[in-house]
Amino acid sequence: MSKLTPEEIARNLQDRFGADRIELMKGSVGQPWIQLAPEMLPPVALALRDDPAFQFDVLMCLSGLHYDKENELGVVYNLDSTTLRHTINLKVRVPLDHPHIPSLERLWKTANWHEREAFDMVGIIFDNHPDLRRILTPDDWEGHALRKDYVQQDFYQGIPTK
Amino acid sequence: MMELVKTGADNHEMVINMGPQHPSTHGVLRLELVLDGELIKEVRPNIGYLHRCFEKYAEELQDYAKVIPYTDRMDYVSAMNQEHGYVIAIERLLELEVPERVEYARVILVELQRIASHLLGIGAFGLDLGAFSPFLYLFTEREKILDIFEKNSGARLLYNYFAVAGLMRPLQDDFKGDVADFVTSFRPKIKELEDLLSYNRIFVKRTANIGVLPAKVALNYAASGPVLRGSGVAWDLRKNDPYSIYDRFDFDIPVGTGEMGTVGDCWDRYHVRVLEMEQSLRIIEQALEGMPDEGDVMAAIPKRIRPKDGELYVRTESPRGELGYFISSDKSAAPFRIKARAPSFVHLSMLPAISKGALIADVVAIVGSIDIVLGEVDR
Repeated sequence: MSKLTPEEIARNLQDRFGADRIELMKGSVGQPWIQLAPEMLPPVALALRDDPAFQFDVLMCLSGLHYDKENELGVVYNLDSTTLRHTINLKVRVPLDHPHIPSLERLWKTANWHEREAFDMVGIIFDNHPDLRRILTPDDWEGHALRKDYVQQDFYQGIPTK
Repeated sequence: MMELVKTGADNHEMVINMGPQHPSTHGVLRLELVLDGELIKEVRPNIGYLHRCFEKYAEELQDYAKVIPYTDRMDYVSAMNQEHGYVIAIERLLELEVPERVEYARVILVELQRIASHLLGIGAFGLDLGAFSPFLYLFTEREKILDIFEKNSGARLLYNYFAVAGLMRPLQDDFKGDVADFVTSFRPKIKELEDLLSYNRIFVKRTANIGVLPAKVALNYAASGPVLRGSGVAWDLRKNDPYSIYDRFDFDIPVGTGEMGTVGDCWDRYHVRVLEMEQSLRIIEQALEGMPDEGDVMAAIPKRIRPKDGELYVRTESPRGELGYFISSDKSAAPFRIKARAPSFVHLSMLPAISKGALIADVVAIVGSIDIVLGEVDR
């Protein structure tokens, strides 16, 4: 077992799940990421956590994004292995009118609050999450603050917000 | 405020509200405690009282550099570390070279800040458990660090001192002397703290074997920093994923050993912080030696920051743990998305798991031992 590069991880996953379902992408700068369809996320994440070749035991970060031009929402997962010292980023994109992504709370407990935050801020619905409530804003707040077209409500329970 | 929950004849459950204004919640944190007598059956943390949506500001400012003062306001007791993580992320995004003198100065500043933050964390922790005097002694030392910061940056709490590939203002001529004086005067104080608080019988009784966090659970919850090291995992990003110039320094990673009770209890988390201050002093000494006396405090950078398109996640070791910035750029001058991964947010999420079965008074100890800053939890 040794440290793997993102390219090696992607190739390994392509061998298991099919080359057309795992795509390694990269911008002009920064780190590459593996793009997945939402239904592929749980099996891939489970393999990444439990397979001796990967051993991704830590979910460092989970961020929700709103791609306003494409009318899509997305989630980026940053995984880390404390034993093999490699990292990988995963990305899932879903259409705005059906923003459902399977929850990873059962694999990494830390996903619980991160997913609640992504639900609160961007409006992604994580299926099978045990407690999907708003976390940073009140339960009866309107809209999702990190959507690009978000307009802040003028009043919250009769109190001016601006 | 109390509320009796009557769901059956034998049910003695009671829900008590702790916070949002409670001295031991370290800010505005509300905990709903479900109790059976004095035993905790469940803790439900409620956060968001300090939520300012820093991430939305970052997008709407239309300028990467303007975000730096906002990062200060997340974890306001370790602002230097917050800035450090952010400017490193921008420098990697732009692939910039940072002058040697700046790198050394930054390391000295963030290590001083780490000591200042631990002094506050330890002091407040003792205060929560009834030890009033260590808090005052520690604050005297913290003041000395803030004086150095004030002399160079002009501010005592929120500095806005780090710039992209540089520092906002040049360092004062006697910077090195000031820091060296502090290191000499502070080293014996750590021993004093050990005598005054660490092995104090009452303090040990309140913290040993309380809030035990096993290493496996800690990793599953993505704990980091002193919380993870308290559970016996030698994981420090300064060593395990070196950034800046940390690979040049020689220092140890203190871990919890269960000296007073079980590995991963409140005392271990506390003691890791005490030992870390000594390691920070070692880093500062080496950095003072290596730091060039002359040189720019600012590299030549483009006037308007416009990175190429791409994404990256950059993590640094803040006093509280892994501080990560996820930045997504779409070639424009405005960041497409900046997400701050705050260690306090992650650590607070495991409070329900480690306080089950404890007493109400232990919850105070547990919250103090994970050393959260609510500005960072809520962002």
